[in-house]
Formats: sequence, structure tokens, C-alpha cells
Amino acid sequence: MNKQLLVSALENGTVIDHIPCERTNDVLTLLKLNSVSSTVMIGINLESKKMGRKTIIKVADKFFSDDELNKLSVIAPDVTLCIIRNYEVVEKKEVRMPEELRDIVRCANPKCITNNEPMHTVFHVINKQRGIMKCHYCEKEQQIKDAKLK
Amino acid sequence: MSENRSVITLAHLTREKIEYLLKMAAQFEKHPNRRILEGKVVATLFFEPSTRTRLSFETAANRLGARVIGFADPKITSGTKGESLKDTIKMVSNYADVIVMRHYLEGAARYASEVTNVPIINAGDGSNQHPSQTMLDMYSIYKTQGTLDNLNIHLVGDLKYGRTVHSLLMAMRHFNPTFHFIAPKELEMPEEYKIYCRQNDIRFTEGTDFNEDVISGADILYMTRVQKERFTDLMEYERVKDAYILSADMLGKARPNMKILHPLPRINEINADVDDNPHAYYFQQAQNGLYAREALISDVLGLTLQDITNDKTIIYNE
Repeated sequence: MNKQLLVSALENGTVIDHIPCERTNDVLTLLKLNSVSSTVMIGINLESKKMGRKTIIKVADKFFSDDELNKLSVIAPDVTLCIIRNYEVVEKKEVRMPEELRDIVRCANPKCITNNEPMHTVFHVINKQRGIMKCHYCEKEQQIKDAKLK
Repeated sequence: MSENRSVITLAHLTREKIEYLLKMAAQFEKHPNRRILEGKVVATLFFEPSTRTRLSFETAANRLGARVIGFADPKITSGTKGESLKDTIKMVSNYADVIVMRHYLEGAARYASEVTNVPIINAGDGSNQHPSQTMLDMYSIYKTQGTLDNLNIHLVGDLKYGRTVHSLLMAMRHFNPTFHFIAPKELEMPEEYKIYCRQNDIRFTEGTDFNEDVISGADILYMTRVQKERFTDLMEYERVKDAYILSADMLGKARPNMKILHPLPRINEINADVDDNPHAYYFQQAQNGLYAREALISDVLGLTLQDITNDKTIIYNE
């Protein structure tokens, strides 16, 4: 049985699926979707067997680099991506946690230099299973899931 | 990111490099006064006051013939006018051959080393790293024990916030130590350092008792201060505050080679009656800081152990 699409189909572009609803804004910010000129369709609170409720974002005529997409692993590690060309899914992807998180999230340590100087942040992902990163500057270990976007 | 000879932490140094720096320090102890750094300018930038560390670094630079510039009081710097750390470091880099810096923010020295090609020596960044302290601690251990290998090191007092004990623990990983952590529950060694020990095959035991029998197993007794402001529960502080004070009558069973170290300043955690005991070593330990810092400054400026050993600029006062 065909399910009716709640948001219209893409001719070309990227579908970002399985986004936790509360992370919708973070995904928009991280991929700079607030400032793209192409059409962006957002469905929030969609039913999901896997997650209960989820967000789907469809971005027309835009294809992201792996580096850009892998940034999503910080805020939504379980998202799935479909690359659409001519209404067909040509590729499915999952995001992979990068070894290094550069200028994506803020350090949780208020006494870290990165929170007190106009500068970038760098974190080394030291344990992917346990989701732990370490600030390159203040050396404090922290949970990736608790990190706030820069 | 620039790769230079900066000393930000000792955590990544190899055994060989640590031993090399200690040999250099030993050469400087033999002959502390030289002109080997004549013509060099050492900047000491203390964004947070620390008289003891600053005097030690400035003495080290002066005794090797370098000139010293810098500030001891952050209130007189442009930082108070809103200047960024990057700009201050860039400006001083035009004048100095090496920058020794202390900063109240964690990671400041690492960042400074990335914005300049002038080597940075971290003289303490918040509660993060203080590598010259660790170097002088290791030099003191090496000098008094004749080796760094296979020692029993007792760390006593505030093991939660004490950055000197954390750095020492990490730098000693090459030397097969056995640590004994002695602290009140509220200030016990953080889990991340215990994980570090397990990952690096460092043996450790933990306890809250501090007495003659516990001390009898130590080659090194490393004392730290139990500070009232570290406690969330002041009743707990009142209960434990006197439990980690060392007095001379607790040293009856100490091994003959055992030495007592303390990063100083001491408040009351070591009784004055210990000062004249042959096991006391904390004042010599501070003096060793001079030689360790002479070694660090020379090393970041590209001098080798051979340069130091064959130095023709030694000043003989004898």
C-alpha cells in the first residue's frame, strides 16, 4: 500500500531522515539551511516506527560533502540520508563520527580559552562507543551528546 | 597550526626525552651560572600572579645570561582594555625569543603556541597543566632516589583538584611506578586518572588512612594541601582536615631513602617539626625548579645536551 507523502517529493536533492524532533533547529543551523536559496521542506512530529516521532528535512538541489554531513553525528548520530536524482534514490548514507570536531560545538568548560577568546574550537573524539570527546585546548573530557552547537 | 618547540604539557613526552631533560637539569645544577643565552630575550607573561613560579623562571633566564621582559600583574596589560590573547602574544613575539606564560584560562598556552612561531613554555594554565612543576618534581625524585624506575609513590591530600599530582602521575607512566592514593572521599583521585592508570599499566591502591604504617611503604611521599574551599560539605572538611597533616612522629618507620615532596606553598599540612627531618625535601625541591627551568628554556631555544655539557660560557664563582 502506498503511503501518501506528507511533504512533496524531491526531483533532485538530499533527504535527511530520522532526526530527533528536538534537534530540528540544530540540524538547520549546522547545515546552514537557514541561508540556502533552494527549497527546504521540513516535516516535524512525523510518525516513526523506530523513534516514535521524528523530523524529516528535504533540501532541493543541494548535495552535501561527507564532511558536512558527518558533523550531524554530533547532534543526531542516527540520521539517515538519501541522495535523490530525478526522483530516484541513488544513494543511501549514514553519518559517521569524525575523529576530530572542528568548530562545531562549544566546550562545556567555562574556564576554557575557547569560551573566552574569539577563536575556533577543536575536539578529539577519544571514544566513539561511549561518545566522549576531549577538548584540544583545556583537555577536559566531555559527553558529545551534551555538547552545545557553536 | 605551527609546530614549534613549545612545552605545553609533559603528557606526550617519551621516556628518552624526559631523561634527556633531566640530564640537562643535572648539568645546570653543576654549573647554574652561564652566558649561554647571552643575546636572547625571555618574556615572562603572567596573566595570573604567581610570584614563586615567575621568580624561578626569571632567575633561570638571568643565570644563563638572557634578558627578561614581561609583566607580573595582569592589571597593567592591554588585556584589561579588551585585547585578545592572540594579539598580546603576536605583539610580544616581535620582541622575545621565548615566551613563558601563566594564564588563568585552561588551554591558553596551547592556543598561544598556535598563533606564534616563538616557543611557548606553559607556566600553568588554570587547573590544566604546569609542566615545569612536573619536571622539577621528577628531577627531585630522580636526584633523591637515583632512578625513576619501580618506585612507590604516595600521593596525599587533595587528589581531586591537585593538578601537580595528575601531571606527575601521567609523566611517570614510563617508569613502572606504584602509586598509593591517600585522600578523603570528597577529594579522591578522579575516575579519569584511574582509567588512565589502568590503560597504561600503572599499579595503584587507594585509601583514606594516613599514618606511620602507610608511610612506611613509600619511597616518595608527595603531600598536597587540603583546601577548605574545595569542600561542598564543611562538616566533612572539619572531620578530615587534620587527618592529612604530616608530623615528625609519623616518620619512625619510613624507609631510609624516603623523601617528602610538596609543590608549596605549604599552609599547615606539614608540621614545622618535619622541616629539619632528613626525610624533608620540599625546600630543595623548589631549588631544583631553577635547574629544571634552565633546562626547559635551553631546550626550547634549540640548545642540546651536548651544547650544555661542552659549554664554554660557564661562570665559575668558586
